[in-house]
Amino acid sequence: MNGLAILIPVALLMGLGGLVFFFWAMRNGQFEDLDGAAQRVLLDDEDDKDQS
Amino acid sequence: MNAVTPISSDQSQTVVSRFAVPAIRCAGCIAKIENGLKDTPGILSSRVNFSTKQVAISHLPELDDDQLKRKIEALGFEAQVLADNPLSEEKGSTDKLIRALAVAGFGMMNIMLLSVSVWSGASGVNRDLFHWISALIAIPVIAYAGRPFFASAAMALRYGRTNMDVPISIGILLATGLSIYETATGGAHAYFDGAVMLLFFLLAGRVLDGMMRDRAREGIGALLKQTAPGAMVLDDDGKTRWVAAKDLLPGMHMMVAAGESLAADGEIISGSSSFDCSLMTGESEPQPLGKGDLALAGTLNLSSPVTIMITATGEDTSVSDIARLMDEAGQRRSFYVRVADRAARYYAPAVHSLALLAFLFWMFAGAGWHQSLLISVAVLIITCPCALGLAVPAAQVVASGALLRKGVMVKDGSALERLAEADYVLFDKTGTLTLGQPTPVNLDDLGLTQKQVALALAQASRHPISKAIRSSLLALGIEPVALDDIRELPGKGMTASWGGVKVMLGKPEKSGDHLSSQLTVGSDSVVLQLQDEIRPDAAEAIAALRKMGLPAEIVSGDNPQSVALVSRALGLSAQAGASPQDKVEAITRLTNEGHKVLMVGDGLNDGPALAAAHVSIAPGSASDVGQQAADAVFTSESLMPVALSVKVARRTMQIVHQNFSLAIGYNIFAVPLALTGMVTPLIAAIAMSLSSLIVVGNALRLNGAAK
Repeated sequence: MNGLAILIPVALLMGLGGLVFFFWAMRNGQFEDLDGAAQRVLLDDEDDKDQS
Repeated sequence: MNAVTPISSDQSQTVVSRFAVPAIRCAGCIAKIENGLKDTPGILSSRVNFSTKQVAISHLPELDDDQLKRKIEALGFEAQVLADNPLSEEKGSTDKLIRALAVAGFGMMNIMLLSVSVWSGASGVNRDLFHWISALIAIPVIAYAGRPFFASAAMALRYGRTNMDVPISIGILLATGLSIYETATGGAHAYFDGAVMLLFFLLAGRVLDGMMRDRAREGIGALLKQTAPGAMVLDDDGKTRWVAAKDLLPGMHMMVAAGESLAADGEIISGSSSFDCSLMTGESEPQPLGKGDLALAGTLNLSSPVTIMITATGEDTSVSDIARLMDEAGQRRSFYVRVADRAARYYAPAVHSLALLAFLFWMFAGAGWHQSLLISVAVLIITCPCALGLAVPAAQVVASGALLRKGVMVKDGSALERLAEADYVLFDKTGTLTLGQPTPVNLDDLGLTQKQVALALAQASRHPISKAIRSSLLALGIEPVALDDIRELPGKGMTASWGGVKVMLGKPEKSGDHLSSQLTVGSDSVVLQLQDEIRPDAAEAIAALRKMGLPAEIVSGDNPQSVALVSRALGLSAQAGASPQDKVEAITRLTNEGHKVLMVGDGLNDGPALAAAHVSIAPGSASDVGQQAADAVFTSESLMPVALSVKVARRTMQIVHQNFSLAIGYNIFAVPLALTGMVTPLIAAIAMSLSSLIVVGNALRLNGAAK
């Protein structure tokens, strides 16, 4: 019983954490350009002089 | 470069504009566009979306869309302004479904964990505690994830109809209500697991369906892209100003430079030029138009500047007429009810009355209202159309995925269904049976210097024949010579002088019906023959279609001679000189004879026919309108994918029918058990998931169908 009192909230919180992270990823546009991410790996890095 | 950076103070004033850039193909293009735009004063940032082939530029309000468009074009990419994304709302609906699915998935997993403990023997205080925790998770999850179903059910009931969402909503709400009652009174069974799992599986089906629809809508803005966003208007006092297309009025004089497309219909009042009308008529050869002729919005002015008096704008232009035609034709098709909905129409009332009957029976049998209500909820849940809801989308998603790997993009799930029913094919000619790009066939007749001169001349013109000659010569690795005094003579061709020798590339003196061009260097002249080649294995594809019971015919807007050439080569009967309306009529005629027509076409002029046909396919080289109107798009040069998609579609429908039998078979087996009150929550949950898994597994067999 004591074990349950810890394990159930832990399981729920971890699940909730995953859910919140997924929502954040969707809102942040992580799934907007799936093919583009694969292509961007190939881009040569620019040495950005104008860091704004 | 430094001009760009110090503007962080007024970030709020920046504007984001979006452009469609279809030519983005590789990482190099991304770098070229993003780095190229970075150095422009006024542009703060730009971001290429590779999947949707769009560029989002955030810039200062001083820059207008047209300037930005020219900037992208200066980098070597054709760009189109995307108006405020009219479909963002649609896209949002799938996002909402995905969120609901994520929430339902979270709830389902946690509740299942608790339910398994209850089934495996938790009792007394533990069971009550698990039920209470389940309730705590389930109630917010159902309230959030069930909204799409509740909203749709409420909408249907408001109009006095019933749909699949009505029994689902009633089942979920009743099950939740009863489970709360059971939990509060310390009962043995709670149905939270069933209710949430039902939501999860149904949402999964909806999300798959929604994703297919979204993919179909990509590459938007179709028709209006063809007309220019505005025009230079010549005022009476001789001044010119830029007027946006929506502010143009009949009677205004607009100046159209070579290479610009028209923003409105009008009559040419000065100058003469040739126009590329292929979007409107499908005619491959440019038409020379002079003073007094009518030029239509959406056509491209090829050779020299003209002034046009506007006769019709916006909604009244011919291009808009075609759009309207397509809209009407498309609406006719939406009366088609998808299989799942058709089944659900009979299914929903059946489920309702069955549950009600079970309730009444057990009441009379003296089981008490609580027991009777439990049984009728069990009936509602066990008959939950999980498997039925997945039967169609699962098969369609797997089949369209298999086709996508073969270069066919099916835009709409119901398209496969309609494709399987097609029993007659109509082909457009230009760009569909043929590749749509004329290629010179006798380049070997030219000497090296002649090739170099031809390339230099062809480079300077936008004429389709010049473009064809240029691309074939460039493919041979020819370097152009330097020419002076290059001029384009409307309706004749290009002239220039090459070190004092007069050279010319243009219309041959004796011109046949087919495409040709004459190169003159000094006194020598050679005639170049061009041919719009028939797609490789077009004949095989047509034979394969005939074998599957689909006879074919050609309807083309092109002239009879060039149509005859193709129809003879392929052994098909043909109708030439067909206007967009004629094509729609041809389809209507066949439909009235009882045929289900598959239309294969590419041009703007095929748009209404593509929309009117029972089902339609366009090649990837098609105009945006063609691609938009068609149900499927194939990207290869070969015509074989058309036959392949029909084959896969028929296979898909077989699987869909099998899935229906499985789902219905499961119900026939499980419903009597539920009616007699013998179903425990464990059996219900296992049976429900098992039937869904079998249906999905059966659909996966389609993966190898496109071989």
